[in-house]
Amino acid sequence: MNARALTTARAASRQRRFASKQTRAIAVYAVLLVLCVPFVFPFWWMITSSFKSFSEIFAYPPTLLPTTFNLDNYRQVFELQPFVRQYWNSLYIATLVTLGTVFSGSLAGYAFARIRFAGSTLIFLLLLSAIMMPSEVTIIPLFHYIQDLGLANSHLPLVLLPMFAGPGITATFMTRQYFLGLPEELEDAAYLDGLSRWGIFWRIALPLARPVLVAVAILTFLASWNLFLEPLVLITDPNKFTLPLALRGYTDPYGQPLWGEQLAATTMSIIPVLALYVVAQRHVVESFAFSGLKG
Amino acid sequence: MAAVPSRAQFSLARRDSLFGYLFVAPQTIGFLLLVLGPLLAVFVFSTQDRNLLSGTVEQVGLQNYRFMLEDDPFFPTVVRNTVIFSAGLVPMNIILALTLALLLTQPLPGMVIFRALFFAPVITSTVAWAVVWRFMLQGDAGINAFLAVIGIDGPNWLRQPNWAMFSVIFTQVIKNVGLNTLIFMAALQNIPQDFNDAAGVDGANLFQRIRHITLPLLSPTIFLVLLLTLIGSLKVFDLIMLLTGGGPANSTNVLVYYIYFRAFRVFETGYASALAVVLFGAAFVITVGQWMLRRRLAYNER
Repeated sequence: MNARALTTARAASRQRRFASKQTRAIAVYAVLLVLCVPFVFPFWWMITSSFKSFSEIFAYPPTLLPTTFNLDNYRQVFELQPFVRQYWNSLYIATLVTLGTVFSGSLAGYAFARIRFAGSTLIFLLLLSAIMMPSEVTIIPLFHYIQDLGLANSHLPLVLLPMFAGPGITATFMTRQYFLGLPEELEDAAYLDGLSRWGIFWRIALPLARPVLVAVAILTFLASWNLFLEPLVLITDPNKFTLPLALRGYTDPYGQPLWGEQLAATTMSIIPVLALYVVAQRHVVESFAFSGLKG
Repeated sequence: MAAVPSRAQFSLARRDSLFGYLFVAPQTIGFLLLVLGPLLAVFVFSTQDRNLLSGTVEQVGLQNYRFMLEDDPFFPTVVRNTVIFSAGLVPMNIILALTLALLLTQPLPGMVIFRALFFAPVITSTVAWAVVWRFMLQGDAGINAFLAVIGIDGPNWLRQPNWAMFSVIFTQVIKNVGLNTLIFMAALQNIPQDFNDAAGVDGANLFQRIRHITLPLLSPTIFLVLLLTLIGSLKVFDLIMLLTGGGPANSTNVLVYYIYFRAFRVFETGYASALAVVLFGAAFVITVGQWMLRRRLAYNER
């Protein structure tokens, strides 16, 4: 084979490889585009439909964009239910749950990672054993006790339950793992400088644990924001509803959904979550990765 | 370095115990009152005949369990539904998650955007997700309207027994598959590129490489994810409550929903507690299995 033929053969093979790489890329994109339809279309359909008039929602053929931009559904959302109040309920409960869980979870996580005390392993394993337990298992006794304490229709249980059940245990576990990975020398030095354990935790360890605290905060906020079973069972007063309950409240006298209103309310309920996601996508996804193999 | 503790470390340790108990006190007390206490109580409740409305409580021993196994006409259906639900959800979720993870780890531009899109339903509340899907799965609108445009007469997804179960499973898979995708992506990125390169040199094509290199290396992760997804599938209450309410004709009535139904719709909290004990048992067995497995794998890795 002469040199010239060799070069052409090489060029041809390079071209083939390039072409096969290109077809592969196109194939990957094509498959991903098809697969992402059921993931993305519901958001599109919800948002666009929430701006449609009643008749257009059920129009045939269906319209991908509202023909007239209609705000009636949004107006109705606020007239049919105390939606602002319900929104505020969800917001302040989720904030309290997040602050409380980040604090008490990291406090416990720190102690389990750093402080030696009798029974610490036992207590830790006890907490951990409940991490996968479905909340449906304990809801019946909880309902009884909360009623007996006169706390039905109170928001207190909605704050305390996530703090100490699933999300709180997850927070303890995540922060413990994180503290175990941090070097101890800095804390020893702080102790020799006369700082108490509390001081070491608050001023040295906690600031170093920022990444895991952000992850815990994101996961806990979402868990509280999306909590459904507990409010469903415990809250009956529409003024005390959280958003997940409020969304179900837009029905006609026969219990059939008022679609326009439901979709408008749902759109508004997921706006803060989607906004957080768009702004801090990496943090949000990482916090789920952080929580380890879960769900 | 825990070789020889210095004097400073000794006294730190002694005074430390107190701080240790103080630090774990909030989580531990909260756990005892809100998790362990109710868990023990549910076992006690399960031996009682309780009615939520009348407030009556009567000790009945194991009668609730006997009723469950011998007389409750719904229990066999509920168990069957739960098995069908899990048996449908777990493989669908894992196959889709693996496929997505393999695609999303391709070294191509724009994968970050796709990753964000596939993960978006995970952070959306189940209630919001259910509202939208119930809207889309109506008999005469939503998806069926689009299908009608291309001449397909779609079924009434949530009102026909066979389709209802499929629809609920599908909706749940799309909602949460992003989570497993994320785990698989992390595991895939840990596979050394050399393996694939070597196989490529040996002339293995893409599917051979996936079949003989990627999947075997991924199998510990796959098995763990499988067990975790299985436990997760036992907890799907919100979506079923909101999409079908267990219907039509009990075709999507799974154990978690049945517990809620018996306790808060029929007010038989004693019998519902016995059902809750069954749910606890199932979740417990799978969790223990997963822990034992994870410990074994951890030893093999390190």
